[in-house]
Amino acid sequence: MTAILKSKQAAAESRLDAAGLPEAAGWSRAAREEALVRLRKMGLPSRRDEYWKYTRPDTLTQAEAPEAAVFASDEAPVFDSFERLKIVFVDGVFSAEESDDLALEGIEIARLADLADISWAGELYGVLETKGQSPVERPLAALNTALASDGVLIRCVSTPSKPVSLIYRHENSRSDAVLHHVVKVEAGASLTLLENGPAAARFNKCLEARVADGAALHHVRAQGRDHERRAVTHMFVELGRESVFKSFTLTVNGRLTRNECIIEFTGDDAIAHVAGAALGDGDFVHDDTVFITHDAVNCESRQVFKKVLRNGATGVFQGKILVQPGAQKTDGYQKSQSLLLDGDSQFLAKPELEIYADDVACSHGSTSGAIDEDALFYLRARGVPHNMATDLMTLAFLAEAVEEIEDEGLKGELTGRLEGWLLRRARG
Amino acid sequence: MLEIKDLRVKLEEEDKQILKGVNLTVEAGKVHAIMGPNGSGKSTLSYVLSGKEGYEVTGGSATLDGDDLLDLEPEERAALGLFLAFQYPVEIPGVGNMTFLRTAVNAQRKARGEEEMSSTEFLKVIRAQAKELKIDAEMLKRPVNVGFSGGEKKRNEILQMAMLEPRMCILDETDSGLDVDAMKLVADGVNALRSEGRGFLVITHYQRLLDHIKPDVVHIMADGRIVKTGGPELALEVENNGYADILAEVAA
Repeated sequence: MTAILKSKQAAAESRLDAAGLPEAAGWSRAAREEALVRLRKMGLPSRRDEYWKYTRPDTLTQAEAPEAAVFASDEAPVFDSFERLKIVFVDGVFSAEESDDLALEGIEIARLADLADISWAGELYGVLETKGQSPVERPLAALNTALASDGVLIRCVSTPSKPVSLIYRHENSRSDAVLHHVVKVEAGASLTLLENGPAAARFNKCLEARVADGAALHHVRAQGRDHERRAVTHMFVELGRESVFKSFTLTVNGRLTRNECIIEFTGDDAIAHVAGAALGDGDFVHDDTVFITHDAVNCESRQVFKKVLRNGATGVFQGKILVQPGAQKTDGYQKSQSLLLDGDSQFLAKPELEIYADDVACSHGSTSGAIDEDALFYLRARGVPHNMATDLMTLAFLAEAVEEIEDEGLKGELTGRLEGWLLRRARG
Repeated sequence: MLEIKDLRVKLEEEDKQILKGVNLTVEAGKVHAIMGPNGSGKSTLSYVLSGKEGYEVTGGSATLDGDDLLDLEPEERAALGLFLAFQYPVEIPGVGNMTFLRTAVNAQRKARGEEEMSSTEFLKVIRAQAKELKIDAEMLKRPVNVGFSGGEKKRNEILQMAMLEPRMCILDETDSGLDVDAMKLVADGVNALRSEGRGFLVITHYQRLLDHIKPDVVHIMADGRIVKTGGPELALEVENNGYADILAEVAA
């Protein structure tokens, strides 16, 4: 055993010691015990790992969560004006008072912390995560499966009248939250899942979702604006025949965010789009790591990630498309772009295509650039002040990612927020 | 209105003098044309007046109704009422034409301490102006100049001019890349804006644009200076004999 692996395993032990295992794991006990075995074997990520080359994992793996001040804002929370079923977690703890009744026609909702046996969730909990550990290890996801204190289990059998909205509030500057959600969208059903809020000083979240034949899952997320928060999130999504998965994430602020998305096509003719827009200023690291496996015929995957960085902010993109033998007619595309507003900021991108089928169309485009000076002058020559012109161009740059949100209302909501935040900054 | 005195400009990045003492005064209500061969400094003059980076003023002055233009940011010059119709209008993907124009109109109004235009009022005005220039609603919605034909881009410049209501308009080779019909449409747009209080400086290679936008004064520019000034007949002379005769005559 190498010294590196030993130190990674030691890090896992000390993290586990500090956390303590949930006592009443109930039906998920076996899955959690298996996750512990996986984690102890892998150890926690270190900077030496290829997969963590660009993003330092230390603060995500260390025993105690680093402190993160709560961000005070007088603006209404994102999605506030939308009709939705609200499920609220405060520093990772479910809040019954602030949540709606967990009842909505067309779906069954339970909590991970409930002890009653939920057989359908048992088929998924830790299962997609385990599958997603190959070919690349994701120890922080195994840690999540083992330690998750709560989460929601959503089974969607038809199309509910409104989205399910997970709200993550952050009140304690030392909170360390671990949540694990399981979503199953049954054949022909359609669910919109919203997530918003900073969640905790440190947040480890895992979502496992199976989207059955002909079903659709729309996911829109706005990660909270607390400057000092840290988060690692994993989405493991398995897609059936003719299913659709669309996910968009808006990230503004946060000291460290690592969003991993692992998608597998298991049925033909399915579609998966993952997109993200990130806005970083100063001490900010944002990492989008995506792994899409095409193991079916005629599926379409699309990744669109845009980052605007300034004052030394760092953006990372690791995107991979793996086309398995026989996954013919695959249409895979990935785009990762950054707009660097100054010379101190950096963008690190690693696009990868690995293709074992011969009748596929796969491509990637990664760019990194400054603001277009000609366009800036054009706007200024029309009387638009420098700051405002930069903001307009920034919004324009992000627009392609935001366009991936299918619902016009939600798209308008996030565009409006972005405009508001940029303008406030411009005013000083 | 626009007063340029002994303006000397060199490129910032290399030691190359482009303007070597330009003297020019455009009065309110008048249309002045500047003609001249390639490389004479016509476009540089328009860029320097509007505040583009990359040029260094080494001498002289340029004022708009007494305000020193050269010390101001491009947006401040615009708010004072200076407008440049670009030779090559810039494409800005992702920024809607309508959003762009409304932002510009209101930014200028704000800078001048005027009340901003409501969206209803703005829509009403822009629709009427767009109709005049045969710009359809679809074009207003599209990103600024993206996918526009050469003619559409130039009409869009004139639309911006109409919406911003500048006092002093500089048209930099607005005829380049236009067929006869498109040129006429653009010229009609410009003519509609001619008024007592507004000055125009029309930069062009060819006389043909001046058939449609009739100038009061024509200047010939060569090697960074205005070398000859006359009436509309000067443009005709260029059309018939080229620049060679005039330049030879000046040199003599």
